[in-house]
Amino acid sequence: MNLHSTLLDKLWDAHEVLRREDGTSLLWVDRHLVHEGSHHAFAKLKSRGMPVAQPALTFGVVDHYAPTRAGDVAADIRKMIRTLGENAAETGIRLFDLHDPEQGIVHVVGPEQGLTLPGLLINCGDSHTSTHGAFGALAFGVGATEVAHILATQTIWQKRPKSMRITFDGQCAAGVTAKDMALHWIAALGADGAQGYAVEYAGTAVAALSMEGRLTLCNLSIEGGARMGLVAPDDVTFDYIKGRPFAPTGAAWEAAVADWRMLRSGRESTFAREVIFDAKKIAPTVTWGTSPEEALPITAKVPVPDQLGGKADHARASLDYMGLTAGMPLTDVKVDQVFIGSCTNGRIEDLRMAAAVLRGRKAVVPGLISPGSAQVKKQAEDEGLAQVFTQAGLEWAASGCSMCVGMNGDLVDAGKRCASSTNRNFKGRQGRGARTHLMSPAMVAAAAVTGHLADVRPLLEGRT
Amino acid sequence: MSGWTQISGSAVALPDANIDTDQLIPARFMSQSRADGYGGFLLHDVREGTPGHPLNHHTPKVLVTGRNFGSGSSREAAVYALVDFGIRAVFAPSFGDIFAGNAVNNGLLAAQVDQATIETLLAHLGNGAEQAHVDLSTSRASIAGIEVRFALNPVHARKLINGWDDIDLTAQHADEINAFCAARHAAHSWAMPAT
Repeated sequence: MNLHSTLLDKLWDAHEVLRREDGTSLLWVDRHLVHEGSHHAFAKLKSRGMPVAQPALTFGVVDHYAPTRAGDVAADIRKMIRTLGENAAETGIRLFDLHDPEQGIVHVVGPEQGLTLPGLLINCGDSHTSTHGAFGALAFGVGATEVAHILATQTIWQKRPKSMRITFDGQCAAGVTAKDMALHWIAALGADGAQGYAVEYAGTAVAALSMEGRLTLCNLSIEGGARMGLVAPDDVTFDYIKGRPFAPTGAAWEAAVADWRMLRSGRESTFAREVIFDAKKIAPTVTWGTSPEEALPITAKVPVPDQLGGKADHARASLDYMGLTAGMPLTDVKVDQVFIGSCTNGRIEDLRMAAAVLRGRKAVVPGLISPGSAQVKKQAEDEGLAQVFTQAGLEWAASGCSMCVGMNGDLVDAGKRCASSTNRNFKGRQGRGARTHLMSPAMVAAAAVTGHLADVRPLLEGRT
Repeated sequence: MSGWTQISGSAVALPDANIDTDQLIPARFMSQSRADGYGGFLLHDVREGTPGHPLNHHTPKVLVTGRNFGSGSSREAAVYALVDFGIRAVFAPSFGDIFAGNAVNNGLLAAQVDQATIETLLAHLGNGAEQAHVDLSTSRASIAGIEVRFALNPVHARKLINGWDDIDLTAQHADEINAFCAARHAAHSWAMPAT
């Protein structure tokens, strides 16, 4: 075993078909995931009269426009879903359609179905494709032109990013989750802090995370500027994969695990950048502004822009948009509604954490919960979590990208403030003029029962 | 896509940092057909809420802006909106990685320039529009009378100049790709989806 190669190097080298004189590699793509937004790429392929090169390695999922609530569906939304169905049928790719029992958000479905495996290269026309790196896969989002290129050739031109390791030593305290770890590092390094890098997450606090937690951590890599996040696979990974529908079986499984155990950075590996955090110092974290880097521990106060140096102008604009007063305690910020779901925090463990807070309590503001997949929905109903949510007064919906991006019509109204388990607090992200505060699902639940941003830790005392 | 080597036109400043893809094109416009043009969607909600916004008064070919431009989603529609508005070059201290890749695939120059130069340009441009000239062959630009050098990957330069499409370039490597595919699946049968 090469003691110097990083996990990134091993994955890259295993997929490199050739390298151009400028250093750009042509990489083989093991899995290509498409969704309704891929219509530009299918149109491009069709205009050139080209077939999909590898339909068996291409999978379609209805998620961005998936309606999550009963009622009429707008014509343009129906058209987006229908177009994906037509493109999938014409090109012979497996589609997880709207009413498929295995439908869900593409970054939830991939792992759930065993399509996401260690050692694979996975592309999707969605920036949160970094999620799949939690398995030790090389996974990154691409634009429509690149989607068309992958459909046509099953390859992608890409320059090898620099390597960066973010280590979380120690253990997170109770009530502190992978979401808090992610917001913590992004606040420390900036929304472009890892631009040009692939981030490998390491340390005892990462090893202690479930697959759901690792998926959340890698999902948010792009919010810190990194197109790829990675966690070296281990027994937690293998236990999660075994028996899933598209996962290898029998002799192929044994061969796979043997290969996968080699997927880790060597003891002598050097990274272009190393950053180390102490996990036990991380508190439940919320965003206060309009960039994920504008995040603070829940115990803090809304910052005073004049004290932020070069970021003062941005902070001033953020406070104006968010309708916040400099210096006010974050726990004084009242919310109008809550949302739990998305590719960041829409998995079963996320729903369990929210339910632990909500059980036997009432929400004092309205809220929507959209599970990450139809399978997660069923499991949550079987475990009694859905009942906890509805008894608390929250709406239990079907799965999809939903209120994270609002393409399906699940929107936050202008000027309304939403505590959200999603990934982007950008201006207008959840709807025109909507104000988004990002946090963990448990923290969203705490906001639901108190009506303001709140520290979840006291609410979890005596509960699991 | 047609290529270009030099452009002349006006430049305006958008001094904000972190102008993300959700601002560049709000999600609700993304089900529209490209054939109708995406230019009207560019920074739609920001412009509508800001009557004095430079893009409400000018139709520049060049933007000068703050760090982390185009961060966020992979939506290539953010680039379509810029290109359809008539913009051919954006100068910033840094760009979202996916945005930068999408830009070159659509004939848009994403020119990385150091923070100090950007601040000088922003100060000179203010709220107005000034003449600009960009030359890909020399990696130089003149904006509001200030000479600017930018870094440009030679392959990206050739793509912008020739309007090349990667699919054509890759087709030349079909034999190598097929051989790679066969070898990968022979050595690692688990890499194929089961069932």
